Amino acid sequence: MLSPLKGKTMLLSDNAAATHAPQLTYKGRWTAYDIRDDFPILSQQVHGKPLVYLDSTASSQKPNAVIDAMNVYYRTYHANVHRGVYRISEEATAAMEKARVKIARFINARQSKQVIFTNSTTGSINLVAYSWGYANIHAGDLIVLTEMEHHSNLVPWQLLAQRSGARLEFIPVTDDGLLRLDVYEQLLQQQPKLVAFTHMSNVLGTINPAQQMIAQAHAVGALVLLDAAQSVPHLPLDVQTLDVDFLAFSGHKMLGPTGIGVLYGKRDLLEAMPPFMGGGDMIRTVQLRQSSWNDLPWKFEAGTPAIAEAIGLGAAVDYLNALGMEQVRQHEQEMTTYAMAQLQAIAGLTIYGPSPAQRGGVISFTLDDIHPHDLASILDQETGVAIRAGHHCAQPLMERYELAATARASFYVYTVKEDIDTLVQGLKKAQKIFAL
Amino acid sequence: MSMDYREYILDHYRNPRNYGKLEHPTVHSEDVNPLCGDQLGMDLLVEGDHVTAIRFQGRGCAISQAAASMLSEMVEGKTVEEVVQLGKEDILDALGVPISPARMKCAFLSLRVLHRGLAIAGLEKTKEEEE
Repeated sequence: MLSPLKGKTMLLSDNAAATHAPQLTYKGRWTAYDIRDDFPILSQQVHGKPLVYLDSTASSQKPNAVIDAMNVYYRTYHANVHRGVYRISEEATAAMEKARVKIARFINARQSKQVIFTNSTTGSINLVAYSWGYANIHAGDLIVLTEMEHHSNLVPWQLLAQRSGARLEFIPVTDDGLLRLDVYEQLLQQQPKLVAFTHMSNVLGTINPAQQMIAQAHAVGALVLLDAAQSVPHLPLDVQTLDVDFLAFSGHKMLGPTGIGVLYGKRDLLEAMPPFMGGGDMIRTVQLRQSSWNDLPWKFEAGTPAIAEAIGLGAAVDYLNALGMEQVRQHEQEMTTYAMAQLQAIAGLTIYGPSPAQRGGVISFTLDDIHPHDLASILDQETGVAIRAGHHCAQPLMERYELAATARASFYVYTVKEDIDTLVQGLKKAQKIFAL
Repeated sequence: MSMDYREYILDHYRNPRNYGKLEHPTVHSEDVNPLCGDQLGMDLLVEGDHVTAIRFQGRGCAISQAAASMLSEMVEGKTVEEVVQLGKEDILDALGVPISPARMKCAFLSLRVLHRGLAIAGLEKTKEEEE
């Protein structure tokens, strides 16, 4: 059980960073049963039944450590950062910058200044599309994407292509939900400027061979932006091993709060990029007709940042580190293997995407001809199970499989087999209702 | 209160009334629900001051398709004046079960398509969309 803040509620100390860092110790093997008590929402009821939360791909739930870290900030040392010379402002600044260091270490960035706080994965990708794209993408340039992108890694590039006259090409997806790497190789021969793809599909769960694809892109002189919204929360990830140029992810999918995301970039690229948004905090000097820019990372952080959210995300990283990302991945693989076996045993159920070994904890499926929205409503009211139904912000991928919508169950550190059993019971109930 | 898939709703879903197309409709209208991909197209035949025939085609969830079927029964044979008056309450009454907020768009898709058709035919002023 984690209760990191007991006994140190309201005292300011000389070292904010030390005071507000939760103490976390999961030494050795943990199980999801051990940690469920850390997530207060998991003891909630819906429609008079215990909540069974199977929508962590959309947004994960939060442990007490995260909620408390934000709570303590607001209650005891809230102030604006990078401005005040008084105690609590210095504490707030220290806590936020400490969170940046934690996040940098979590993805093994060389320097914390390569970690830029944005408002979301979407915000991070748009930053690159506007700032780097504006300076580097010209008419006729090629940007390579894939058919399995979330709208957030598709629409910003469409906008950039419309502004610049650049071309977009797409790596197709096989029936099994894998990228057609043979087509990728052909596209690379056209010497794209940028390749942008998802590390892990939010619909199919497919984990793409990022390291290999990045090396191939670099071999032809292309840069790579990796949409890591689904991978950073669920897999061990090392930006230096990947040698990735830009990496985008969100706080709220990795046990952290909403409203904060991260852009990691290679330093020389970030240094060369013009600012994206102008305002306070991102400037060095301001005159009426011109200004000069602050250093990294603040050059890209105009305006008062999401301070509480950064601190909360730092606490989420501590929590995940305590669990160990290898074990997180292993747990989710166990859940996914179990769930796929259980679901496949239901007559009339179709699962989309690859085998458990090639996917993360995401399963998209359809059941007979029952519309996924009807399924989701029945699961909610009959069994308290929360799943996602719809196109999952990936309409082109849905069209690829000629689907209007799918149901999607997704897993995280707190998912237990009983959750999946409840899902299966609910699906059978839905079949019974629709068989009337 | 939970949303309940009653037998009559599923009956309308499985055996939709007035399903299909009209050969010479007075007006055709359609719309999609972008959140879930539900689609609905509707043909109306207006003769004199009555809506004498209605057909719809679509795909989507049980709520959207059953609501369309129920709405078509309400429309057929009514005067244009009466059809113009049909609103969200009429749909909710016909469904007869609580509809959760996220599913309201499903329930009202056919109603929106109906009023769009009436507007195209010049039988109704375009209303500002609520929501």
